[in-house]
Amino acid sequence: MFGKLTLDAFPQNPIVMSALIFMIVIGVAIAGALFYFKRWRWFWDEWLTSLDAKRIGVMYIAVGFVMLLRGAIDAAMMRGQQAISVGDSYGYLTPDHFDQVFTAHGVIMIFFVAMPLMFGLFNLVVPLQIGARDVAFPFLNSVSFWLFAAGAILINISLVYGEFAKIGWLGYPPLSELQYSPGVGVDYYIWLLQIAGLGSLFGAINFFVTIIKMRAPGMTLMRMPMFEWTTLASVVLMIVIFPILTATLAMLSLDRLLGMHFFTSDSGGNAMMYVNLIWAWGHPEVYVLILPAFGAFSEIVPTFARKPLFGYASMVAASIVICFFSFIVWLHHFFTMGAGANVNAFFGIATMVIAIPTGVKVFNWLATMYRGRITFTSPMYWFLGFVATFTLGGMTGVMLAVPGIDFQVHNSLFLVAHFHNMVIGGVVFGYLAALSFWFPKIFGFRLNEKWGIRAFWCWIVGFFVAFMPLYVLGFMGATRRLDHYDASTGWQPLFIVAGIGVAIIALGIVCQAIQLIVSIKERKQNADTTGDAWNDGRTLEWSTSSPAPFYNYAVIPTVHGRDAFWAMKQSGNIGQARLAQEYTDIELPRNTPMGVYIGAFALVFGFSLVWHIWWLALIGALGIVACIIARSFDEHTEYILPAAEVARMEAARGAQTI
Amino acid sequence: MTQDLSENKTVFGFWIYILSDCFLFATLFATYAVLHGSTFGGPGADTLFSLPFVLAETLILLTSSFTAGLAMLAGHQGKRIHVLVWIGITLLLGLTFVGLELREFAAFIAEGNSWTRSGFLSGFFTLVGTHGAHVAAGSLWMIVLMVQITKKGLTDTLMNRLMRWNLFWHFLDVVWIFIFTFVYLLGIAL
Repeated sequence: MFGKLTLDAFPQNPIVMSALIFMIVIGVAIAGALFYFKRWRWFWDEWLTSLDAKRIGVMYIAVGFVMLLRGAIDAAMMRGQQAISVGDSYGYLTPDHFDQVFTAHGVIMIFFVAMPLMFGLFNLVVPLQIGARDVAFPFLNSVSFWLFAAGAILINISLVYGEFAKIGWLGYPPLSELQYSPGVGVDYYIWLLQIAGLGSLFGAINFFVTIIKMRAPGMTLMRMPMFEWTTLASVVLMIVIFPILTATLAMLSLDRLLGMHFFTSDSGGNAMMYVNLIWAWGHPEVYVLILPAFGAFSEIVPTFARKPLFGYASMVAASIVICFFSFIVWLHHFFTMGAGANVNAFFGIATMVIAIPTGVKVFNWLATMYRGRITFTSPMYWFLGFVATFTLGGMTGVMLAVPGIDFQVHNSLFLVAHFHNMVIGGVVFGYLAALSFWFPKIFGFRLNEKWGIRAFWCWIVGFFVAFMPLYVLGFMGATRRLDHYDASTGWQPLFIVAGIGVAIIALGIVCQAIQLIVSIKERKQNADTTGDAWNDGRTLEWSTSSPAPFYNYAVIPTVHGRDAFWAMKQSGNIGQARLAQEYTDIELPRNTPMGVYIGAFALVFGFSLVWHIWWLALIGALGIVACIIARSFDEHTEYILPAAEVARMEAARGAQTI
Repeated sequence: MTQDLSENKTVFGFWIYILSDCFLFATLFATYAVLHGSTFGGPGADTLFSLPFVLAETLILLTSSFTAGLAMLAGHQGKRIHVLVWIGITLLLGLTFVGLELREFAAFIAEGNSWTRSGFLSGFFTLVGTHGAHVAAGSLWMIVLMVQITKKGLTDTLMNRLMRWNLFWHFLDVVWIFIFTFVYLLGIAL
């Protein structure tokens, strides 16, 4: 009746129990606060069921930061274990638990931190920046978010009920097959990625159509802000690669559930097929994450240097070239497979070629700054930190692209140091810069600069202290995912230094939490009254008031060139009150709880497949289908905001023409 | 046909979805190609498949694509009854196709050649089965469409859905052509 469910599946481990208690306390505190302030209704109506892209974006980012805390705690646990588990001491984590921790760290940081921060940014920025009122498919947007949320809930359930996978974040077979991983951990891994991955695919299709079809009049492709170009490149990649992930994980689950032989070590299965397929998804995935960060810097640098972006066309070309080349480098993740010298040479050279368009971008940003009148705000600090860190990581990447070198450092901490160099220095710095840059547009006030810059210094110093020792350890032969090593290796001092680095990064996260609290307290002093929060905004989103109204633009702007808002400010014809007859009726999507329901059924579906509760899985699947069909019968999906109401609201905001 | 921008957006978005589905099938085709020879002592493609049977399946699916097109044409002419009749015929053909495929699967399993037999058979059942699941989903879509057209008539929204369902159905036809060629015809020839 209840499949493999048992009470024994609650782990007895004190670390996990304290995590469970912590989660319950937080959950009860939030629910209690909502009850106490009688905000449930508001929370449901205005947030959970919202189809407003900005609200969905904020929810993505909120979940992303909560999961960042979990992923960071996982990282700290690993560093703590490796600092003390040497010789006769075996640390505080069992090998079994350690393996779950490193798998969870990777899965969480990529899927439940980087991806939601990215989709959050898309939701906040893309419609505003192209002068649109919403995304192309607002309901699908809500479904995407709730599928993602279902995946996030499932990974937290796996922490306290059952176990998580012990297979590394990409789940290589045959280790991930039933024979070697009989527990539920791999099934959690498969189903939470399937559900969240589907959300990412829908999100990608949505933003692709939004950018192609919904730009303001006059905004040709070559007049788009650079963030739109990199978003476009990123979503194109996602549209191509997420089906590969879906199919690959589906085949792995068929092996486990139905006894098929895709990747098993017997009956004609081929494990290397999985490794090829998962990296055909996995390599472009890192470009999915980094491209929007490039786009954000391409908005931040011109704004604070008060100059147009240097080499716009070459930036566009570089984005597209990166997009293309990211598809033909996947084999560099396993040069040691033994595909032969010619194959390895091809993929090695293709990998090195990617450094060229990336270099073009870096030089373009530097040239944009050249002779600019630069304001050193916190987004600029993140940018400069990014250039220093990311360039270094790029150079170690080119080293790894040489098959001969790769054979020596394959699977070592050198590799771990390299990709954290790219992901922290590139993706994390980029998204944090972007969030502090666009924060006032969504919330109406700027973040506290002092604490932002303190957070930056902690992050960058912590990063170098934590990861430079890993490069050295990699050369000394330390492989990744070690829960114990011998004292004679002499590695312990370096591992302790790395652990100190993580503590410094943790201080940076604390600074960010303080920054948020201080900024909310001082929101009156830091309020953005004009909408042009940094005074030098160049693109359309700065032309509407802050926080942006739910309809984004009372009147859709017309674009005559690049940096449309900058041009409007230069021409000087802004700042007069708009006439009432300029407003028209606005058609807007009506909020709906259907996305929440679909996410809930997906959660039930995933959970019951993990535990082999077949009847419940059927209910989950039928529930999803029923929700979709019910939605297709609903004809009242939109409402009209009358022109008079728009005029009244705009007058109340003190709106001016642009 | 007068349709506003938001309707065009939906059709365009659906094209992009179909594109992503192409990559799903491409992955399964690639895996099938790699595992094609991994029969592990079991039967290979040349001994397993019966061409006349598959030809019948193919003709049924191709005919259903034709009747789906006729439903779309009738929709453009505003003939509601014709639309319903053509969708109904397409539905029958689609379900027949799914039934035949299940019969083929059942026969293989009865002979002891299920998906657990070898990597090759895992690849075969998954590739062909995924296509079959798509056809089944398209059939459910047709039922919903028929109910909605009966209740509401050929509104702009429903014409748009009819269009997207047509795209989906023709896409499944194209995928089947590839399955017919690469799995069945080449499987027997090679």
